Amino acid sequence: MSEPTVQAAADAALLDQQVDASRLQGASQWGLIWHKFRRHKLAVFSLVVVGFIYFVALFAEFLAPTDPGRFDPRYTYAPPQSIGLFVDGSFQPHVKGYSIELDQASFRRVFVVDPDVTIPIGLFVRGQSYRMWGLFETDLHFIGPLDPSQPFFLMGADRLGRDMLSRTIHGTRISMSIGLVGVGLSLVIGMILGGISGYYGGFADRAIQRVIEFIRSIPTIPLWLGLAAAMPREWPPLQVYFAILVILSLIGWTEIARVVRGRFLSLRGDDFVIAARLDGVSEYRLIMKHMMPSLYSHIIAAITLAIPNMILAETALSFLGLGLQPPIVSWGVLLQDTQNLRAITQAPWLFIPGICVVVAVLALNFLGDGVRDAADPYAK
Amino acid sequence: MFLFVLRRIAGMIPAMFAISILAYTIIQLPPGDFVSTYAAQLAESGTIVDSARLESLRDRYGLGQDVVTQYFKWIGGIVTRGDFGDSFEWNQPVTELVWDRMGMTALISLLTLIAMWAVSLPIGIYSAVRQYSVTDYVATIFGFLGMATPNFLLAIVLMYISTMWFGASVGGLFSPQFVNAPLSWAKIWDFITHAWIPILILGTAGTASLIRVMRANLLDELHKPYVEAARAKGMPETRLILTYPTRVALNPFISTVGWVLPALISGELIVSTVLNLPTAGPLLLQALKSQDMFLAGAFILLSGALVLIGTLISDILLAISDPRIRLS
Repeated sequence: MSEPTVQAAADAALLDQQVDASRLQGASQWGLIWHKFRRHKLAVFSLVVVGFIYFVALFAEFLAPTDPGRFDPRYTYAPPQSIGLFVDGSFQPHVKGYSIELDQASFRRVFVVDPDVTIPIGLFVRGQSYRMWGLFETDLHFIGPLDPSQPFFLMGADRLGRDMLSRTIHGTRISMSIGLVGVGLSLVIGMILGGISGYYGGFADRAIQRVIEFIRSIPTIPLWLGLAAAMPREWPPLQVYFAILVILSLIGWTEIARVVRGRFLSLRGDDFVIAARLDGVSEYRLIMKHMMPSLYSHIIAAITLAIPNMILAETALSFLGLGLQPPIVSWGVLLQDTQNLRAITQAPWLFIPGICVVVAVLALNFLGDGVRDAADPYAK
Repeated sequence: MFLFVLRRIAGMIPAMFAISILAYTIIQLPPGDFVSTYAAQLAESGTIVDSARLESLRDRYGLGQDVVTQYFKWIGGIVTRGDFGDSFEWNQPVTELVWDRMGMTALISLLTLIAMWAVSLPIGIYSAVRQYSVTDYVATIFGFLGMATPNFLLAIVLMYISTMWFGASVGGLFSPQFVNAPLSWAKIWDFITHAWIPILILGTAGTASLIRVMRANLLDELHKPYVEAARAKGMPETRLILTYPTRVALNPFISTVGWVLPALISGELIVSTVLNLPTAGPLLLQALKSQDMFLAGAFILLSGALVLIGTLISDILLAISDPRIRLS
């Protein structure tokens, strides 16, 4: 690299900085937060991943090739198919069919790929009909075989010959929504108790802090299990879903309360709060109009960091058989199948929901870290 | 020091009381009283129900009286006679079932805790001293992965790998010939060869976060003037770091027991269910599924007590390492 280009690059960088600085001078607080957040590359990448996961959760019926409950005993533990693009030199996306052979050593049925059978597939195909968000009837699927009766298992099949891809996609909706709704519930409890604790201090603060310490010192799994086991067996799945949400939130609120309390404590003595109070602003207005806006970003960070814990907790509960019950499909419910060692040696693709858990939890944690760092854009 | 320990033990009593109330609430949660459930179970299996026995059970647990009386009958039995009630599923006093299992859980948790400290302390120190080195990055990545992987998944993956590649199944804590054998060196060795697998699985997540804690603590200390001063006086680097900043950074590290131990016991319950270890986990799960609530309640009470004892020990350790705490 020659001398002038280095000089030019340095000039350009300087100019960039100046433009940045002038733009930042008039930026809103959210603008500043976004500016700081963008520099955290891993967090930005995680934002994309999390966005994608929630997109999948939102459009689960459309993205899944079939209904998660559709079973076909002919394809028990069918291995994943791979997509081919060309047939005899012409463009035709397809998967290969299966043929079944008897393994002479173990006398088990094994699937082998049958190269002679091609199953044409396509995007936006017609398949099983479903009600999109319970609103309207349609049979459009993002991807699937052109002939819906043909086998199509991109991630293999489980012990009843159900499509793992469809089940994982539908599981995404349940697992991710448990995280989101559960945190919403924890947020309400955490904001109220944390707010009282931090704003009023004194006896209420001490009492709430003792309760939080106590809750945090109990091993969570036995407690959750105990509460979950007390649920009547005959409850319908939706009621179980909400009961699990409440059980998880009963413990999940403590971290949010801690963050809210800490912020209230430090804000309480700030000049603008004292000024507003001396001006005779009502307590409600003081909290909602003056203190809350500087809390939002911290709360968002706390929420983002709380969601993965909820997801992990739900997964563990459902895995042990005391959480959500089939026919509801969550990642934890899907992972129940991996408890059978024989099944996973025969069908390792049963682990795929586990990979989803790890990816979702990692992405949410990185995102939460990024938001937490950006939450206070004035800190160095 | 003696007074300090005494004060701490006195401070445990309200917490223990709260845990016992919680455990009893869980015992009470399933609909219907357990003697009726028990009678229904007996009738279902065709056994003739002895109404005198049922009556004595009702009397013993104070059924029909108010909840507070029932609670005091239950906790009174535990405190005075060590009587946790009967397990209806096993038809045995709970006491005969819990202690062995709970002891194993305590042992595994303690060994895991020691292993976690032994691993995370040196790595944490190294990570802080050589910040942004390859080892630091590897430790960080390992840390995040360990945090994001549910430990039951880790257990299953490990079982899968050992079955696929080594052809041996992991699981259990003893070889069959040692299960009922009396304690001997051979049995202890057999235990060690089995126990490292659950310890490895349980320790991964905690080790990961402990490394982060140690690294952050030490990084806060490393650039303080007293370190600079010692270095300027020509103190050898290794001795310098181990003598001064590490000792300061150690205090928050010791107090992590408060949240590591509950997580450890929680994790132990799941992992031991997957690996089928003779610890509290599988029995608790079984008890909860069949709503054998006295057994389940005993486990919940004892695991809470285990955390309290662990926290007490860490407080004592903290007081030994930091005189400011025991003197204030």
